[in-house]
Amino acid sequence: MSLSEGNHSAFSMPPDDLSHVPFRVYTDEELYALEQTRIFRGPTWNFLALECEIPAVGDYKTTYVGDAPIIVVRGESCINALVNRCAHKGALICYKHAGNVREFSCVYHNWTYDLSGKLTGVALRRGVAGKGGLAADFDQASHGLERLRVETYRGLIFGTFSEKTPPFLDYIGRALAANIDRVLIKPLRVVGYHCQALPNNWKLYAENNRDSYHASLLHVFHNTFGVVRPSMGGGVKISDSGWHHLSFTQREPVADKDVGSEKVRSLNEQYKLADPSMMEHKLELGDQVTNAIQTIFPSVVVQQILNALAVRQIQPKGVDRTELVWTILGFTDDDAEMAELRLKVNNLVGPAGLISMEDGCVGGFVQRAAKADPTALVVMPMGGRDIAGSEGSRVTEAAVRGFWKGWRECMGF
Amino acid sequence: MSLPCTNELSPLGSDLALRLRIEALYAAYAQAIDDDRLEDWPKFFVEHGKYRVTTRENHGRGLALAMMYCDGRGMMSDRISALRLANIYEPHVYCHLTSAVRIVDCASAEIGAQANFLVIRTMQEGEQTIFACGRTYDRIVDVEGRLLFKDRLVVLDSRQVDTLLVIPI
Repeated sequence: MSLSEGNHSAFSMPPDDLSHVPFRVYTDEELYALEQTRIFRGPTWNFLALECEIPAVGDYKTTYVGDAPIIVVRGESCINALVNRCAHKGALICYKHAGNVREFSCVYHNWTYDLSGKLTGVALRRGVAGKGGLAADFDQASHGLERLRVETYRGLIFGTFSEKTPPFLDYIGRALAANIDRVLIKPLRVVGYHCQALPNNWKLYAENNRDSYHASLLHVFHNTFGVVRPSMGGGVKISDSGWHHLSFTQREPVADKDVGSEKVRSLNEQYKLADPSMMEHKLELGDQVTNAIQTIFPSVVVQQILNALAVRQIQPKGVDRTELVWTILGFTDDDAEMAELRLKVNNLVGPAGLISMEDGCVGGFVQRAAKADPTALVVMPMGGRDIAGSEGSRVTEAAVRGFWKGWRECMGF
Repeated sequence: MSLPCTNELSPLGSDLALRLRIEALYAAYAQAIDDDRLEDWPKFFVEHGKYRVTTRENHGRGLALAMMYCDGRGMMSDRISALRLANIYEPHVYCHLTSAVRIVDCASAEIGAQANFLVIRTMQEGEQTIFACGRTYDRIVDVEGRLLFKDRLVVLDSRQVDTLLVIPI
């Protein structure tokens, strides 16, 4: 799809330029509505749940793909993802976050569905005493719950509305799948959940995760305690499509002089932790990587920060509001000591995260200022103008430009 | 769970004295936070005291995750130094309201107490919102005549935190 096929009234993106974006993309209701059909119902894989959250047949969890409410349920033979909307009047079929059912039944008029979403029963279909009831021409077979295609990878469950979405591995590419293999090496357990309401458009958070440039600048705690410093080794990998990325840091520092004399806001000298035990890093993944942030377009992040493992799901809730759902992970074979370390190290992330809380407010700072002039342009010049990954340096916005490439290709702008 | 302290037949005087001391502890704790005397916050705990903030969602499912997890005063003072020196957030203050104080266990030297709380957050622009409400579950000990928290578990009713949580509750 070419960038010129979009048909939003009076909206255009800078031609052949991924390093500029008008502020309007964060504030425009019409674009938000288009994103629902072209991105979230478009050729994208969206994170739904973890297999370990629905271990038994009939276990379900509810979530969202864009604005669409979704049920993820383990069926007899496979995992199903169904739009959580009765085929009759459209009421939510499941209004709880999680549970176990033999079948689904809508509370409104008691229409029932099996775990694959097939309509199995219509209450009072023959009416009462021969009067009323279902129209003779009603085709039950064509009134099931809308289904998404589902694929699982290393315990992560993804869904897509589109027949055009390539298989998941082709979608993200093997080079980036390798990091999921690296992090999710063992059977998973859920340590807990966080849900954070962000006062900004969903794309600002999606960009933030791809913005490896900000990590050691905004997050002073990060820089100060050596999880991420500009001088540490690592790099940025970007999928061939540009849509997905991995930014990682590892303990093999290049000389600090290479950072140059520019001031990086750091408090190394004066600032010591009274109790550094949460920063203890047990090497459990067979390497020295301290920080790996991986994005899968459009709306999920796989995170490893020391021993803090998580999946972050970005749920748009209108043009200027986003819910960020953190599923904090451990492995089923964590011993008591490891389980305790996970609780401690998770002080770093979540809504109160010592190195993540800033991401909760900084998107709001952009959102508020974006209103000033929606036609003005955001500029993203760090690391050039293209979407090439980089070895050794994370001082680049290439992955953010890659996000905009994905956005434009889906949206047709 | 035994409820000796709410038994009408127990001596009223000693019950009242304990209740007043616990309510005074809660008020002093809340005002230290609301007045931005956050360096005093760890001093409301014993040296190896525990402080956790979690949600009903996690607590109800038996999930151990906390958004703030401090094991000892050291981790608590690290929270405060990070807030002062490292973290970036828009200036705001809390007003804590505490009610329904209940002493659930005072049979031993360690007192179990619970209370409901409401935290109203006021941003620098003046926007006021109910930031959090929920229940505190406390284990309290008397150290040389002063009541201190041995364990304070703060359970937020909502699964959702607006923007960020930096000041303890």
